[in-house]
Amino acid sequence: MEKKVFQRPKYLKDAVFHYCPGCGHSIIHRLLAEVLEELDIGDKAIGVPPAGCAVLAYNYFDVDMGEAAHGRGAAVATGIKRILPDRIVFTYQGDGDIAAIGTAETIHAANRGENVTVIFVNNGTYGMTGGQMAPTTLPGQNSTTTPGGRDPDRDGPPIDLSQMLAITKGSTYIERTAVNSYKNIKRTKKALTKAFKTQMAGLGFSLVEILSPCPTNWKMSSVDAAKWVDETMTKIFPLKVIKDETGKRIDN
Amino acid sequence: MAKKTKKGRITIDRELCKGCYLCAWVCPNHLIEVSDKLNQKGYYPAEFKETDEKEENHKCTGCAICATICPDIAIEVYRG
Ligand SMILES: Cc1ncc(C[n+]2csc(CCOP(=O)(O)OP(=O)(O)O)c2C)c(N)n1
Ligand code: SF4
Ligand code: SF4
Ligand code: SF4
Repeated sequence: MEKKVFQRPKYLKDAVFHYCPGCGHSIIHRLLAEVLEELDIGDKAIGVPPAGCAVLAYNYFDVDMGEAAHGRGAAVATGIKRILPDRIVFTYQGDGDIAAIGTAETIHAANRGENVTVIFVNNGTYGMTGGQMAPTTLPGQNSTTTPGGRDPDRDGPPIDLSQMLAITKGSTYIERTAVNSYKNIKRTKKALTKAFKTQMAGLGFSLVEILSPCPTNWKMSSVDAAKWVDETMTKIFPLKVIKDETGKRIDN
Repeated sequence: MAKKTKKGRITIDRELCKGCYLCAWVCPNHLIEVSDKLNQKGYYPAEFKETDEKEENHKCTGCAICATICPDIAIEVYRG
């Protein structure tokens, strides 16, 4: 008997994504919904969307959501989780959101060991506002505010926020993955699962940084953007477990 | 008798598809092509193509690699 083995996950509404063709946000949304379903936590999840291309994420996820002002996801999530400790609380943030305007909120939430999960979508650009330089834009990478490429002497080098958060006492699990290939997508799903398990076990701050293609602002085809993640982006932002202090306290 | 191999098939929702062609790039059996007719969004959607008429010669294994990379959940996969 023929069986359907792949379909839209339960916690995504039947809505068409507004994201561009080949955008990593779309893949990450689906993975998140799959993980919420597999861990059976969708009904008690509360998501905090950002300012950024994912600002309308509440149109897609069929879970409770509460929008944060630009960069303030970790502070909003802190409040929600402290008032409703039985709910599973996650933020969804771009690199501009989390690593520029929201740096302070993020670092202090991690340092306090807030028991929330942060999804950090690193596409190396301010996608929504038209492709300005982000804190994570690579040396030499073109953006509308660095025509001719980012010059580290002039603009500073890309910042590795995940590494910075890893040295805070309160962070428990931090991994960097990507959604540019089948293998990396599978790896990302595992990391998301582990991050939520960290929160479910009450172990403190968890974060998954996901390298995510933005073909529109990178001015590449979707396939070239996917290749560029491996060839260029991972040289500055290597895919790895950055911190894991979960030990034997959760099953993998 | 032909060796029994895993059989699968996919469907692609032409109207959900945004023509990124990531699916065509990753299918190990090269079973996805570009349609020559536009969809309502104005993209040339991806199209599933088994070239051999005979079902026993169909190459799709239902591995779902295409569906996993499809950003727009335009692909559903069947196996068995
Ligand atoms: C307080 C405030 N300042 C500035 C903006 C304008 N703004 C909207 S989205 C954005 C950056 C988006 O980039 P990123 O966080 O990297 O997300 P992406 O769109 O790339 O997914 C900015 C600066 C805003 N909405 N609010
Ligand atoms: S601008 Fe970039 S990040 Fe935003 S939806 Fe388009 S591809 Fe995705
Ligand atoms: S399921 Fe596998 S073999 Fe079939 S079309 Fe998709 S990638 Fe190709
Ligand atoms: S991956 Fe999905 S959206 Fe992209 S061309 Fe294939 S079916 Fe269309």
